Amino acid sequence: MKTLLIDVRRIMVSLQLTVVLLVFGMILVFAATLDQTNLGIWGIQQKWFRSFIVFQDLQGVTIPIFPGGYLVGGLLLINLIAAHVDRFKFTWLKAGIFLTHAGLILLLIGELLSGIFQEDFHMRLNEGQTKNYAEAYREHELAIIDTTDAKVDDVVSIPEILLAKGTVVQHPDLPFRVVTRAYYPNSFLQSPSAITPASLATVGLGLSVIASPQPVTYKPTETNLISAYVELISPDNSPGVFLVSTGLVAPQLFNYAGRSWRMTLRPKRIYEPFSLTLLKFSHDRYAGTDIPKNFSSRIRLKTSDGRDDRDVVVFMNNPLRYAGLTFYQAGFENNDRTSILQVVRNPSWLVPYVACALMSIGLLAQFGIHLAGFVVKRSS
Amino acid sequence: MKKHTLPLIVGFGSLLAVAFSLTSPSNPAAYDVTGFSRLPTLVNGRIKPLDTVARTTLLITQGRQRVTTPDARTLTPAEWLLDVLYQPKVANTYQTFEIVHPDLLALFNLAVADGAGGKRFSAQQLADNLIELERQAKLAYDTDATVRTPYQRAVVQLRESVILYQRLQNSVNDTTSEDFLFHLERYERTLPSTVITKAPRGEDYSAASESKLRADMSRIFSAIDTFGYLRTVPSAKIDDLTGWITAGGAWTASLGGGRIAYAAHVYGEIGRAWVGHHPDGFNQAVRAYRQNLDTSMPTVMSKCDVEVRFNSAQPFYTSMVLYVAAFLAALVSWLKWPNALGRISFGLVGLAFALATAGILARMWLESRPPVTNLYSSALFVGWGAVAICLVLEYFFSNAVGSVAAGLIGFSTLLVAHHLALGGDTMEMMRAVLDSNFWLATHVVTVTVGYSATFLAGFLAVIYVGRGVFTRSLDASTAGALTRMVYGTVCFATLFSFIGTVLGGIWADQSWGRFWGWDPKENGALIIVIWNAIILHARWGGMVKQRGLMALAIFGNIVTAWSWFGVNMLGVGLHSYGFMDAAFWWLVGFVVIQLALIALIALPPQVWLSSSVMTRG
Repeated sequence: MKTLLIDVRRIMVSLQLTVVLLVFGMILVFAATLDQTNLGIWGIQQKWFRSFIVFQDLQGVTIPIFPGGYLVGGLLLINLIAAHVDRFKFTWLKAGIFLTHAGLILLLIGELLSGIFQEDFHMRLNEGQTKNYAEAYREHELAIIDTTDAKVDDVVSIPEILLAKGTVVQHPDLPFRVVTRAYYPNSFLQSPSAITPASLATVGLGLSVIASPQPVTYKPTETNLISAYVELISPDNSPGVFLVSTGLVAPQLFNYAGRSWRMTLRPKRIYEPFSLTLLKFSHDRYAGTDIPKNFSSRIRLKTSDGRDDRDVVVFMNNPLRYAGLTFYQAGFENNDRTSILQVVRNPSWLVPYVACALMSIGLLAQFGIHLAGFVVKRSS
Repeated sequence: MKKHTLPLIVGFGSLLAVAFSLTSPSNPAAYDVTGFSRLPTLVNGRIKPLDTVARTTLLITQGRQRVTTPDARTLTPAEWLLDVLYQPKVANTYQTFEIVHPDLLALFNLAVADGAGGKRFSAQQLADNLIELERQAKLAYDTDATVRTPYQRAVVQLRESVILYQRLQNSVNDTTSEDFLFHLERYERTLPSTVITKAPRGEDYSAASESKLRADMSRIFSAIDTFGYLRTVPSAKIDDLTGWITAGGAWTASLGGGRIAYAAHVYGEIGRAWVGHHPDGFNQAVRAYRQNLDTSMPTVMSKCDVEVRFNSAQPFYTSMVLYVAAFLAALVSWLKWPNALGRISFGLVGLAFALATAGILARMWLESRPPVTNLYSSALFVGWGAVAICLVLEYFFSNAVGSVAAGLIGFSTLLVAHHLALGGDTMEMMRAVLDSNFWLATHVVTVTVGYSATFLAGFLAVIYVGRGVFTRSLDASTAGALTRMVYGTVCFATLFSFIGTVLGGIWADQSWGRFWGWDPKENGALIIVIWNAIILHARWGGMVKQRGLMALAIFGNIVTAWSWFGVNMLGVGLHSYGFMDAAFWWLVGFVVIQLALIALIALPPQVWLSSSVMTRG
């Protein structure tokens, strides 16, 4: 047992392990890059990098094929720290190497942190429109809104993942339980006919539209149409089974317990303590061509407490950083009258900067020391 | 012979040759064609001289700049352009469309024997089947660009060449009528204020004929404005590029305003002189217009002059030739006359490097950009960076290894650049997100230097294998020196590719909101960094010795080539600014060769020819 522990220790601190892990890392990155043509950039991150083991679906059988990013990166981190603890003695000649590796440790941790904490949203603003929320790209929520009071909406939002799991949701603000009868991560909406199966819905739009499940797509040009049949159940006189779908533009409206309700499956929202108004979107092209030269959005930023009320301009390579969020010019549509901003919340955004500064200084120092030594030796 | 004589003679000779290539181009005939070729026009968002338009069009349609007429005269690109613009019938007989795909030839009922050099055909030869080409192209366009067959690609390419040619022909002329230019002159006479001296009016200048003329002209003008490729008429405000219009547009404006823009008038004048064989009139029109431009936009004109000089000097071509010479001289120096030939090759590399530097600087000045802006300029710069390191290595080691590597890399990167230039103008406008001189100058340049150094380490290792396996010249000290060179270069490569990648991350954070997004191009750069780190750690851990180091360095060539070109072939991601498909098989070939070289390293030591002279590591 003791010899085994010594062996493990010897392996964990060895340069051999470093090289092996680096080779694994390289193959991982290479394979993930090739896989992008199938899964798209988001899909490969989940499959290859944000995982411990990479699973591949081979004709319906899912088998593990490669260590994932967390495993390779984690082992590299352990190897790096262990090697330094075990045999590193500080000398000025090795200060560069030390800094480089300290930076690398920070970089790996930073990437882990942003993998966990970073959230991406987007904001679509027509010229003149004001919004105080951004929408998620992938996650959705089932919003059930009490609209009885014309001035205030009471919103209960249920994350998509609870629908997917089929969890029964009971919320103090809702006079009914929400039970998922069916959930389709991608679906096809059609009108009912003789050949379609009977709808699960008992009320609302679901009586005239039927959702049928489709395989999930990863193509960047296609979007998944998420649908679900949810039943609202109460001890007496349940409202019934509703169809909700990201493909349905109109919300489901109904009255229950003397109150008016609106229910819709929509992209997950994050509300901001300030509002943005798009004043003007500009799309400059090079003279006589369609090659874009610049996109920029002139925006009015207004906080609810009135402390900030000013114009800001977001353009390529010049984002707006405000209240822990960063707004980037991401796109446009609707004949240059709608601007799309990407909104990122990443509390650890500074970590890579620090890490890279450390590593660059370390490499420069190390290389400079070697080069100076070499030149001196050659000249003498 | 003294030991310096030969190197001095060679050095002086090549200097003279280079100096000659830089002299101002002269006019082959009585026409001031060179003066014409310097006139500015706006195409694809950039003001460029007509000379550049002529050259890039020829590169697109036929892959080379020289034109030979059916009666065996050789035309400069500008002369060809003049015929295209003003003598469409004549220009249509010039064989300037390259077609190599046999099915495409069959489509036009053409045989290889019908073409100049077996592959170049004239617009006339294509004329009868253009409608069928259009139909085929429509079918091909329906197929996604990445999965088109070679035939479909050839169809699309030819169709785009033909369209470009036709648009060019319609820039200042009406290709459907023989005498548009003379009707144009008649029309100009009818204008209330015109620079043409009022000649006595003939009887055909009745009010009725005048209004018919105006109606005819109006139709032709708007056709030229719609189809024409060149925006030849300068903007009234010098900074406002959107003000540049086509000659057709300027002529149309004169229908209402009664005044014709001077530039639009000049292009008619030049055309009449060219068609009517009046060298004096031609030169007069060019000179007067030029004087006018020199006062209204002197900086634009000096850029045009430099660009024409740059085009005709072809510094990268000359430096390619010099690299080959240096490579050969350095190669021979390992077998005979090491001192004299070593010096000669060092000098030639230096000269080629100076020329390439001048060429890159000229491009930077013309574009007002840092050196690397697209795939083409990255090829130039990768070669430049690697040669710079080679010069340093050669300065310290003086064993001709640096010169051989410099010759090889300098030549091959310029060759790659040459093929990339076939796509059109290499000074193109930067898409919005790339439009940042600061990041182009820092991130892109650093990463490219990292590519250079990784390639260089690989090529040095190739020299090691070649000399070791196939010659008896790799003795222990040379092998040791090569090992130190490769090791040093890998260190350098690690430094630059890492810092470059990091700067890229910062740029991405600034513009897309994430430091790292696993985009193919980012992954490519990351793979190079990891690979260099692997080499260094394997070396430090004693896992590889001399031969192992060389094998790893050669594999670095594959890694770099994939990151540089391979990721562009995936056609996904935010960075895919350099999409290309034909180069795929070149990449495969390159990889196979590198693998073969690695296999050579794995040969047992006894079969290496140098085994007797080297102490194996």
